[in-house]
Amino acid sequence: MASMSEKEIAMTPQSRSRREVSAHMVDVKQPSAEAYLERTVERAVAAAVLEAAGPSRRQFLAGMGGAALAAVIGEVFPLAQLKAFAADPAGKPEKKDVSIGFIPITCGTPIIMAEPLGFYKKHGLNASVKRAAGWAMIRDWAVNKEVDAAHMLTPMPLAMTLGAGSMPTPMYMPAVENINGQAITLHIKHKGVKTAADMKGFRFCVPFDFSMHNYLLRYFLAEGGVHPDKDVQIRIVPPPEMVANLKAGNVDGYLGPDPFNQRAVYENVGFLFMLSREIWDRHPCCAFTVTKDFATQYPNTFHAMWRAIVDATHYASNPVHRKEIATAIAPTNYLNQPVTVLEQVLTGTYADGLGNIKKVPERIDFDPYPWHSMAVWILTQMKRWGHLKGDVNYKAVAEQVYLAADCDRIAKELGYPTHKATSMTHTIMGKAFDPNQAEAYVKSFKIHSMA
Amino acid sequence: MARLQGQAGNSKDAVLISVSMLVVFVAAWHLFTLRPAFDPAGLTEDQLHTMEFNGDIMQTADGGYAWNPEKEKVKGVPGPLAVLEKTRTELAEAFVKKGTNDHGIAYLVLYTVTRFGAGFLAASVVAITLGILLGLNKVLFQAVNPFIQILKPISPLAWMPLLLYTVKDPKWTAVLVVFMAALWPTLATTAFGVNSLRKDYLHVAAILQLSWAKRLYKVILPGAAPTIVNGLRISFGSALVAVVPAEMLLGELGVGYLSWIEWNNLDIAGVIFAILVVGVVGVILDSGFNKLASLVTYQE
Repeated sequence: MASMSEKEIAMTPQSRSRREVSAHMVDVKQPSAEAYLERTVERAVAAAVLEAAGPSRRQFLAGMGGAALAAVIGEVFPLAQLKAFAADPAGKPEKKDVSIGFIPITCGTPIIMAEPLGFYKKHGLNASVKRAAGWAMIRDWAVNKEVDAAHMLTPMPLAMTLGAGSMPTPMYMPAVENINGQAITLHIKHKGVKTAADMKGFRFCVPFDFSMHNYLLRYFLAEGGVHPDKDVQIRIVPPPEMVANLKAGNVDGYLGPDPFNQRAVYENVGFLFMLSREIWDRHPCCAFTVTKDFATQYPNTFHAMWRAIVDATHYASNPVHRKEIATAIAPTNYLNQPVTVLEQVLTGTYADGLGNIKKVPERIDFDPYPWHSMAVWILTQMKRWGHLKGDVNYKAVAEQVYLAADCDRIAKELGYPTHKATSMTHTIMGKAFDPNQAEAYVKSFKIHSMA
Repeated sequence: MARLQGQAGNSKDAVLISVSMLVVFVAAWHLFTLRPAFDPAGLTEDQLHTMEFNGDIMQTADGGYAWNPEKEKVKGVPGPLAVLEKTRTELAEAFVKKGTNDHGIAYLVLYTVTRFGAGFLAASVVAITLGILLGLNKVLFQAVNPFIQILKPISPLAWMPLLLYTVKDPKWTAVLVVFMAALWPTLATTAFGVNSLRKDYLHVAAILQLSWAKRLYKVILPGAAPTIVNGLRISFGSALVAVVPAEMLLGELGVGYLSWIEWNNLDIAGVIFAILVVGVVGVILDSGFNKLASLVTYQE
């Protein structure tokens, strides 16, 4: 295993450049120094990974021999990759001019605002953000290398890595963008609706099959005894068209991204029935993603983007900055929306469409940490609704795609708080979700679409 | 002479009728989109406050309330004045680039015309070359014709996902969609035109023992020119129809993209402006094409 990972690391440009540097600076006849450096890096990374993986994992691994241990880690973590990332954290980006695809919604705020507010520049990149018209387009841009990194929905890198709904493309999700920030918006004529059961026969829209919007709406309906595949219609509609469809009376409501919930209120056609945080408080929604290919080819550029994103996400999390951010992302080049709508979303002081002004500061928040348990929950729902067939190694997929341990390392470098574990128990509509009991959790639901 | 005067009089009448139709249309449009001034009667202070917070109304200098002009722009179908205002601001920034996603209208038109021109030219060259080959060889023509007939009616946009998947580049995909739109009409008419060329011409060419190239340039091409130009004209129209939705779907900067982005913001005045731009660009390209076409056609 050790020799294999050495071979792997020898193939990365990272290690090549290091070799060149050492050839110039140190005597060429000192391979031991280089080997020593590699071993040290390897050991440090393995230690960091183990530490971040939590006590249960450490206990599990305690009884294993060194080789078996390395094999297990190698299987689950892209260790050679992490070593490359860790070896030279401040290395110069191999590629300074990068483009990052985004969808014009408030969920992508950190990715978008990092351009006008100078976060990419601060971390040594000349980045431009490129607006896409829909999620399928962003997926294709990422696969076709039309952009270097992309704003995606948190389920997308999982689905893409597993080849659900597209060719299998290994993806990394280094950071979550926003938590909360969605809502169930209903047409004003449904003012009287109080529970999910009242929504039987409704026609809803969500922005993408593999989206938190889809899974949260389905979860909410099913908890209320409504089968999302039998008792209602759920359609895939791009967010701006959701408002237009609501206006035309073609749909009864949607669980969509902002600003299009607030936009429906602004247009006087809809009201906010429920914020998504009332379903699962601090749920993830959008993410920053790169293909594994890109991370391998340009590790330093990837790293610089990662730092910029973590930095920007923490900045956006501070309520003091929200009005400034609303103004920065409102112009045509970014969201192309009225500032007042964005302010209402980001500050959490908003008109609800029923004549009230509400104050919910945590309506949307920003937290980059990609909890593995979030990925596991998403995978359970993908399985529950028939988006994934067969056996799923929840944990392995989660740990391969969501780079939690390294996200914390970057947060630490930048002086932001870190975490003790990469998994936690979440509570969704009052029901506890234990990521270690994923299969039992999937089987616990009465309403599902599994074969 | 009298007849000419009569014609001049007729065209003057036509212009007059056109102008009055436009005036009536715009006036009706203006009247139907007029909204009465805001009347706060019957609303509580709280309700007014919520409406102001939501951007419906705004406080005027004298302490009263009026509809928020910012919001009027995005509310329902805008009146002609709103569209005029939008046109004015867009034209004032025609040559301004505000970042990657917001380029002035002059740039957007340039991108669309370039994309259109590249696709149309490539399609024309391919279609005319293939068309001549097929036109000269009856057996080949009969063999290939069924395929042309099947491929011709397929909407060029139907090719888009496949093209996107194979070329993996939205810019080239857009050009290729235009290419697919422009290929078939020219190909079919060129083959037909060459095939139905007067046999006398070819006989004469044979008797004069002209070389192959000379035969092509002196006899075949001029002889089939009117039909080829006709095919090009049909191709031109269908390529022009394809370029706008291709930009919308691919998110490539251009006038189609402009209309999509205005829709993204539900700014209907912007959508109307984009539609007008598409119309104007179409007319200009079309008249340019007609000028070119008149150079190569002749009356028999």
